[in-house]
Amino acid sequence: MVGNDGWARPWELQGNHRREGSKRIPSGCAIAGMINRKGRTMSGVDAIQSIALMHDRSNGLGGGFAAYGIYPEFPEHYAFHLFFDDHKAREQTESFLNQHFNIELGGPIPTRKVVGISGAPLIWRYFAKPKLEQLRVAEMKEDDFVVNMVMFINERLDGAYVFSSGKNMGAFKGVGYPEDIGEFYRLDEYRGYIWTAHGRFPTNTPGWWGGAHPFTLLDLSVVHNGEISSYGANRRFLEMFGYRCTLQTDTEVMTYIFDLLLRRQGLPLETAVKAVAAPFWSTIARMPQAQREVLTAIRTVYSSLLVNGPFSIVLGSSQGIMALNDRVKLRPLVAATKGDLLYVASEESAIREICPKPERVWSPRGGEPVIGMLEDAMPKAVPAPPVTVCHL
Amino acid sequence: MVTIDSRGIYYRDLNRMIKQAINDGAGEVVLKNVNGQRYIGDGLRGSQRIVIEGTPGNDLAAYMDGLEILVKGNAQDGVANTMNDGTVVIYGDAGDTMGYAMRGGQVYVRGHAGCRVAIHMKEYQDKVPLMVIGGRAGDFLGEYMAGGILVVLGLGLQPGEDIVGDFCGTGMHGGVMYIRGQVADYQLGREVKLVSLDEGDYQRLHAIVQRFAGYFRLNTSRIMAEPFHKLIPYNKRPYGDLYAKA
Repeated sequence: MVGNDGWARPWELQGNHRREGSKRIPSGCAIAGMINRKGRTMSGVDAIQSIALMHDRSNGLGGGFAAYGIYPEFPEHYAFHLFFDDHKAREQTESFLNQHFNIELGGPIPTRKVVGISGAPLIWRYFAKPKLEQLRVAEMKEDDFVVNMVMFINERLDGAYVFSSGKNMGAFKGVGYPEDIGEFYRLDEYRGYIWTAHGRFPTNTPGWWGGAHPFTLLDLSVVHNGEISSYGANRRFLEMFGYRCTLQTDTEVMTYIFDLLLRRQGLPLETAVKAVAAPFWSTIARMPQAQREVLTAIRTVYSSLLVNGPFSIVLGSSQGIMALNDRVKLRPLVAATKGDLLYVASEESAIREICPKPERVWSPRGGEPVIGMLEDAMPKAVPAPPVTVCHL
Repeated sequence: MVTIDSRGIYYRDLNRMIKQAINDGAGEVVLKNVNGQRYIGDGLRGSQRIVIEGTPGNDLAAYMDGLEILVKGNAQDGVANTMNDGTVVIYGDAGDTMGYAMRGGQVYVRGHAGCRVAIHMKEYQDKVPLMVIGGRAGDFLGEYMAGGILVVLGLGLQPGEDIVGDFCGTGMHGGVMYIRGQVADYQLGREVKLVSLDEGDYQRLHAIVQRFAGYFRLNTSRIMAEPFHKLIPYNKRPYGDLYAKA
């Protein structure tokens, strides 16, 4: 969605100077997600195999994963994953982080050399907690404080991008095919109870490390196939709440929309879904009165958060996953269950690759969420008090 | 007969092997352990048979001209895209946009089908495509449909489950649908209407259902015992006046 941005176009990054469209690449993005609802962990190998089966849906310009439950040794620390253009950016950012956080442990994220992955930035990880005196000065709740710090770094600190900021979870992403990215980050060595995965085929925005999926904030992550035609309207609305869109890719707004609706405004997930993939007015008109009034209110209050355009997404959180299509289903999505496991993917074969005999396989309707929560998921928090705009 | 264990074989290599087997004179090719390989049967001409065990990838039988493909499992999106002739039989469910711009041949699905099935299916003279869906179909069934015969049987529906989704027949301007069950007015696109079947329709349907029932070992008369509705477009050119009044 970001045009005239000065970024190199993907085909230039590949060293291929032909005009876009001169070579037909039969692709669309690929997404996948899985959860063990009992909270039992799986290695990253399943997620890699599932997304790798859909290799031809992406073109090597982006791949990534989000994994939950991977840092049990630091359950209460924010696990910040950052890209740095150079060590100067790293030093500047570390000095900023040290000012606001107590860092328990920091260092490069372990990677291995992989053919097909090149041009990686510096990739570092910090386990940290906000300094109490900084929280007092800011007069903020811890999660709002962390969000502001993420926004500040991404917007103001040159050459530094936070691409993961949740507790006991992490995003791993970059430019390359997803299976190579998984190998690069050694995801076979991690175990999580939720994995989401993405293979990218960038159409409107540059293929760069920060633009790969998932897009995360705190423990929320989004992988997305499609394009968000309402990006401008969504972005303007979100900016009023302190969100800064800095990552050159439309999907970013989806993460912030769910952060705003779920965490800050305390909406139930099903209600947030109705704002993002709102039913048609003609459908609302046929509903019983009570339901009609609720839906009318949601569409009216959150009209600027309606996400237009074709999409399928998987939203990850520490409590569960949710897969969703745009309301007229212009992108593929299949779901399957087996025992405690829920799988979603762009193609059924990607599920069968790691779960050959699922008990149930189905294709959700447009706008109909597929939700898989942990069995002992914490009850939904009471709505937060009225929100004030957070200034940086 | 040639049997190919397809596990882990890249789609291009698999399709090359299928073509090679057919060129070498095989009348039947059995593909075991298929999972996600795209474009199987695409553009092939002839009267051979391909049996697929597993889940074939997208665009199965696209541009196919002849051949019979049996899928012992579910199919993904884009089955019979622009297919010209031949038969596809799916023992499980099918995905979205099946029969996109299909112009001839036949597709039989035992289970359910996804969204936008038969979008812009078309016919010309003796080329009249036929598609039969055993279960239910999703939203936008027959969108912009320009020709052909589309039958939805609604077998195995749960109580309260709709046989077709919303926006059924939106933009439809040719061909006919036969739906075995109720369709509410709000589910219909603006360009179509429900009419009763005449004796000719029932004779035609009987022959179609008989062939469907034969593939899946079902009872024709039990299927025909339930009432059907016929869906046809009001107009052959619904958008003729969109930009210029005559």
